[in-house]
Amino acid sequence: MPTLTINDKEITVPAGVNVLQACELAGFEIPRFCYHERLSVAGNCRMCLVEMERAPKPIAACHMPAGDGMKIWTDSDLVRKARRGVMEFLLINHPLDCPICDQGGECDLQDQAMAYGFDRSRYEENKRAVPEKEMGPLIKTIMTRCIHCTRCIRFAAEVAGVEELGAIGRGEHMEVTTLEQAIDSEMSGNLVDLCPVGALTSRPYAFSARPWELRKTPSIDVMDAVGSNIRVDTRGREVMRVLPRLHEDVNEEWIHDKTRHACDGLRRQRLDRPFIRDEGGRLRQASWDEAFDAVAKRLKSKRKPEKIAAIAGDLCDAESMLALRDLMHALGTPNLECRQDGAKLDPTRRAGYIFNTTIAGIEEADACLLVGTNPRWEAPLINTRLRKRFLEGGFKVGMIGEPVELTYQVDYLGAGTDTLKQIAEGKNAFADVLKTAERPMIVVGTGALARPDGAAVLALARQMALDFGMVSEEWSGFNVLHTAAARVGGLDLGFVPGEGGKDLEGILDATSSGDIDTVFLLGADEIDMDRLGKAFVIYQGHHGDAGAHRADVVLPGAAYTEKNATYVNTEGRVQLARLAAQPPGDAREDWAILRALSDYVLKSPLPYDTLGEVRQKLIETSRTFAAVDHVAPAEWGDFAQEGPIESRPFALPVANFYMTDPISRNSETMARCTATFILPKQEATGTDG
Amino acid sequence: MSGTARPKVTTFPAPNTGGFAFTEENQAQAQRHLAKYPDNNKASAVLPLLWLAQRQNGGHLTRESIEYVASLLGMAPIRVHEVAHFYSMFNHRPVGKYFIQVCRTTPCMLRGSDELIAAVKDKLGVGEGEVTEDGVFSMREVECLGACCNAPMVQINDLYYEDLTPESLSNLLDDLRAGKDAQPGSQAGRAGSEPLGGAKTLTEVGETGVAGYAFANGGGVPDAVRQARKAEAEAAKNEHQAGETSGKGDGKA
Repeated sequence: MPTLTINDKEITVPAGVNVLQACELAGFEIPRFCYHERLSVAGNCRMCLVEMERAPKPIAACHMPAGDGMKIWTDSDLVRKARRGVMEFLLINHPLDCPICDQGGECDLQDQAMAYGFDRSRYEENKRAVPEKEMGPLIKTIMTRCIHCTRCIRFAAEVAGVEELGAIGRGEHMEVTTLEQAIDSEMSGNLVDLCPVGALTSRPYAFSARPWELRKTPSIDVMDAVGSNIRVDTRGREVMRVLPRLHEDVNEEWIHDKTRHACDGLRRQRLDRPFIRDEGGRLRQASWDEAFDAVAKRLKSKRKPEKIAAIAGDLCDAESMLALRDLMHALGTPNLECRQDGAKLDPTRRAGYIFNTTIAGIEEADACLLVGTNPRWEAPLINTRLRKRFLEGGFKVGMIGEPVELTYQVDYLGAGTDTLKQIAEGKNAFADVLKTAERPMIVVGTGALARPDGAAVLALARQMALDFGMVSEEWSGFNVLHTAAARVGGLDLGFVPGEGGKDLEGILDATSSGDIDTVFLLGADEIDMDRLGKAFVIYQGHHGDAGAHRADVVLPGAAYTEKNATYVNTEGRVQLARLAAQPPGDAREDWAILRALSDYVLKSPLPYDTLGEVRQKLIETSRTFAAVDHVAPAEWGDFAQEGPIESRPFALPVANFYMTDPISRNSETMARCTATFILPKQEATGTDG
Repeated sequence: MSGTARPKVTTFPAPNTGGFAFTEENQAQAQRHLAKYPDNNKASAVLPLLWLAQRQNGGHLTRESIEYVASLLGMAPIRVHEVAHFYSMFNHRPVGKYFIQVCRTTPCMLRGSDELIAAVKDKLGVGEGEVTEDGVFSMREVECLGACCNAPMVQINDLYYEDLTPESLSNLLDDLRAGKDAQPGSQAGRAGSEPLGGAKTLTEVGETGVAGYAFANGGGVPDAVRQARKAEAEAAKNEHQAGETSGKGDGKA
């Protein structure tokens, strides 16, 4: 714990921090371009120069370890002169094109030039011009603006784990380049955030808004089950862009490209008014009143409530699932299902369906077994954490399932259940790795659970967790990795088959055979619509996707940016998304639609009229909803039924990272990414979808 | 290739070698370099391998040859591109059969390197980084080549030509174009970097007379030494012409 004096203020800082961090801790701001907390230190921008006692010249604060007894000045004449000089050099070649630069208004160079720069130029020579580089559909480059901080190169190689960016040439001729290839990483959008100038900017967002025109709303992402903290920037009712928000335990300060760029899908194919299918089989516009009447006629006339079923989709918030659950319970139907992918999860024990280790907890693990999952596509931020842990060393990762390329070293063990059984019986070398590890973890993906014998696989995984010491007082290494933002919330509030109720498979069988003749789809688009048979389908959601095409009545709901809603991520962390823009047209918040519908359907409508009352009911349903942004350790216990396991490889749930839900399927940017990154690979391997 | 790749902890596009591959001889050379490093540090051999590739490719590197080296070493192509573009001894555009590097750092500049550059331009019509139309000569201005004693000097392919004047350089180029042998080293007739008028010190020959140090009567180098040197230079030249590919310093290992 060195004690040093910064600007005559004495401060004791943790061992291992550098002078720049020590200055920050003491409350003195140090300007910087190349230094970034989460990347290795490069020390090449020289903007963080400070004066140190007995040093012959200013030192780079980012590169100097804080030592005991140091005396630092951050605002002396020497420092000011040094910074002004550095700034002047940086601006020799930086173009004065701020008025047409997308970074304008949120540019580190602009801000710091205001604070530390010189107010006129002394250079009359021509500026350097650098050709643009191709970096794919997400990143636009204006390389003349590059100041060579190398943050992008370090991020790509260290955090994203793709070595595709580099600097060729040297000195004034240095150029950051990808060799004209698109950056094939699901984390590439973060390069734009990292770039301190306007050299790398967001291509889809190019020239569309200025930062000061945007209203910023902190919210939660629903593109996967990680629940990344995001900031939604809106102008009017249009979502212009999505940026990450710092949350050390979830997404640190990164988000993946689908989170960031799928937001243009919110403008297309939206359901903005109710529709009813007429006699000719065409959907025609209707008023809310007509639509509710049509639904009520169907639901009320049922004397047999078991002929009704409800399925909740991947993007549903907890409030709407609660409202639908209550509505269905009031009607008396037990056929509820929130696992539209057919995963055989056991809702009885919370420990059996959440990511118990927690995302931050991955950093404490020392061995990991991935079962039927491709974390790079299912939860890129969990993959990033696994890589972060891997780079620290002493972390073995084994994988069972389809062989996919991850960004760390993986022992590929086998394709399916046979390998899993071998490990469980200790017949595989990786069993020893798990046995000797102090904090082993297992990650079961939906690829291992969404199959007829999924429950038995889950039971086997549970048994392995016990056998390999993954469950104890201070460590829980049993994890289920979900792909859908709605899943844990749905399981928490019991949107599952009641007594005698049918699960997904049962519902689809029954609709095919006609045993169930009314299905309520709450944003459920990923099921096989052909198997719904002749059933009357009510679809509530925000996009005209598979569900709406099949529906007989369409109720327009709100997308995740358009409602105040609760989501539970795969760790079981309850987080609140906030309304950033109003839903389009007649669309409404989802729980409110269901509450209104209950007036038509039930004798006594659902007992809540405000969001506060719904949340009160949520908390009454499950105490986990009471603590926002908090992960309570789930109690271990019995879950999942043992049974025969088929000898079959695990399939992966995500075939195309860029298109997994109605929003990303309707996003132009995601379509471009698919064309750039996914289709060429599929052609090369000859596989389809 | 032999050995296991270094643990791959990043993903990158597969190197596009475009059909470039080392000749059998160079392959053997490459193995000699690779053998110097442990398998998980194969990347250490990147510079000698790039140098081999440049030799094989006739004096410059192509994207394919760079990526071929990447594939040999299991490195991300961009990392090898970074190395190849950092060092000025790697050329990225074709060079002439005779690649003239004119030193222009201070001692050479003071002794007239500007005139040499002008002479090359006059004679061949090529400036910095250009190749003559017949592809025989190309010229580059470079920084210090470490022969300041004998400034001004140029390097043509692997050999140094020192104590040049525009005239002697012009004659030298004529000789090369005519396919005649050109004597490397000082063009002013001195041996090594001894003073121009002959050695001033160490002029006495010892009883046992170590050849390298024996200079008789201030009259220059004994014949035997001169011949030995000549033979050595000859051998080096033949070795080079035979396509011997190792760089300086390790050829005699």
